[in-house]
Amino acid sequence: MLAKDLTDKEYLYGHKACPGCSLGIVGRLTMKVLGEKTVVCLPASCMSTVTTQYPQMNYTTPSLTSSFPASAAVIAGMAAAYKAMGVEDVNVVSFAGDGGTADIGLQALSGAVEQGQKFIYICYDNEAYMNTGIQGSGLTPMGATTTTTPAGACSFGETHVKKNMFEIMMAHRIPYCATASTSYPNDLVTKVEKAKNTNGPSFIHIMAPCPTGWGFASELTVEIGRMAVECGMWSLMEYQDGKVTVNKFADKPKDVTPYLKAQRRFSHLNEEQIALITAQRDKELAIIRGWAKQ
Amino acid sequence: MSEQVKMFLNGDEAVAWAVRLCRPDVVSAYPITPQTIVVEKISEFVADGLMKCQYMHVESEHSAMASAMGASLAGARTFTATSSQGLAYMCEMLHYVSGSRFPIVMMNANRTLAAPWNIFGDQRDSISQRDSGWIQVYVENGQEALDMIIQAYRIAEHEKVYLPVMVNLDGFVNTHTYEMVEVPAQEDVDAFLPPFKSLNAVDFEHPKSYCISAGTDWNMEFRQQQQQATLDAEAVIQAVDKEYGAAFGRSYGGMLEEYRMEDAEVCLVALGSVNGTIKEVVDSLRGEGKKVGLVKLRFIRPFPRDYFKALAGRVKAVGIVSRDLSFGYEGAIGSEVKAAMQGAGTAVPAVNFVAGLAGRDIPRGTIAEMYQKLERAADGGAYQDMEMVDMRW
Repeated sequence: MLAKDLTDKEYLYGHKACPGCSLGIVGRLTMKVLGEKTVVCLPASCMSTVTTQYPQMNYTTPSLTSSFPASAAVIAGMAAAYKAMGVEDVNVVSFAGDGGTADIGLQALSGAVEQGQKFIYICYDNEAYMNTGIQGSGLTPMGATTTTTPAGACSFGETHVKKNMFEIMMAHRIPYCATASTSYPNDLVTKVEKAKNTNGPSFIHIMAPCPTGWGFASELTVEIGRMAVECGMWSLMEYQDGKVTVNKFADKPKDVTPYLKAQRRFSHLNEEQIALITAQRDKELAIIRGWAKQ
Repeated sequence: MSEQVKMFLNGDEAVAWAVRLCRPDVVSAYPITPQTIVVEKISEFVADGLMKCQYMHVESEHSAMASAMGASLAGARTFTATSSQGLAYMCEMLHYVSGSRFPIVMMNANRTLAAPWNIFGDQRDSISQRDSGWIQVYVENGQEALDMIIQAYRIAEHEKVYLPVMVNLDGFVNTHTYEMVEVPAQEDVDAFLPPFKSLNAVDFEHPKSYCISAGTDWNMEFRQQQQQATLDAEAVIQAVDKEYGAAFGRSYGGMLEEYRMEDAEVCLVALGSVNGTIKEVVDSLRGEGKKVGLVKLRFIRPFPRDYFKALAGRVKAVGIVSRDLSFGYEGAIGSEVKAAMQGAGTAVPAVNFVAGLAGRDIPRGTIAEMYQKLERAADGGAYQDMEMVDMRW
């Protein structure tokens, strides 16, 4: 499936996201693949904040806000109910942020994946708690300044590496998981379609650049997402039937500096600190290169 | 009606049997002492093909309630069970479920909350969740537990209610003690409790959003509707109990049961299993000519305010036995009974006896002493607003 093959019908519109926000891309493209018999579950997140404010509901299909930690458990429960009632043509999908997935939602996600019900869990990753004011999460990358990992005289921002949700999901032997980016829509919709056709839980981790939290102009959302892949800070991969497929990665990555310097959250970094980030990137790329060669 | 089968069951098993008879589509649960037997027994029924449902062995109580909510949203009849720390852990989800009006039924095995850690029974767990928007009922024995699970679905799923119901059994005293329990026939339960057709389920023809955000301009209107539904539940509780009695030969008085209250001058008010012991003490004291009675309070939400308002004009002193304690004040239900009686404008001595915390026994002698204290208060003697009984010091 390619983005140009998608229906003109819209399932998400009228939302209140910031200009240039990529969550609109995530919601629109995904729902065009999944179609109208889809229940959307949103934990506390940017997505729920900008789409489910009574009385202006922005999804045209049924939707609900789950509690922050529990979206995976809620959709697993829905899937179990449809199975029990013999309903087979309904998709249940969760759009959760990085904090709702990798921090507070990780336990429920692990439990739900282990149980094996058919659901689609999408993490749209803008790399911090954005709608509450840019607090650091487990998926905030090293060196980023946030309101809880601020750069200062004794700090260069977030000190830990980004948690690897793809590998965490692989470790569950999940039937299907993938990484994607809103800057690569053909790859993204192909993966959503694979998730839809997976008989069991599926997980897609979508890099979703955030003009407000990252500090770039709202017309650069797609460009920033591409730069991330081209400099090896993000890669597009799949795991299915126990095997990793690398769809797109920077075997010979560009310098990370232009990517970092294009964003306010990294603007404080000096050369030494950028070298640390580059070294960490190279470690990650070495793992991915290994998968690509298999 | 087909003949009911007498089985020798403990309270947990009685609950599991009731759940089986109610034919839930989804059960999601996490084990915790002393609730564990319920989930084990249901798992066994499912494994043996005696229950046709999706049994979700979730990784936590929070997820148990979240999955139950998702299942209810999809239109499934749903059951879960928990206790104590587990109830505390799922606290957040309790509010989601009641606020979004999902008619889930849950059994709670009353057990104290840590710390000091202890697996034995008191009602601090569920009473601390009395503001969570759940209808709460407390039972006296295994038979009542079985009967109330079945009634709970009828109450929860009533179109005027659409609220979750928590059926509370005292840990160990109810959950682990065996008694003869009459188990109704499946076809009779089917007739009493028809298949669930949710009014609050996903409908692709008429898509809605659930558990929505509502700002300051609308939120109180949602709360007002939730309050009204909970108040309306009182009439439904009474009606369902009567109908159950007609169908199965057992009814419990709905919101509460009066025991030898006709001409009582002093009475105790209590929740749960201790009522069985109190009834024996009442019988014994009545034998001595003392005009004592008991109000077995069954539902605390909704709360029978009008009953207690009227009670203040009928008796000379009231004692509330609390197996809970709101530190810095008294037992929460004690406060509520006292407050309701104040509405009558008559000052009746009322004592909150905090007893039986963390599984400590409340023996007959202790109960008899409570009645003696109430008699002295009724005669104008001094009394304490609240006292912790049977203490080492």
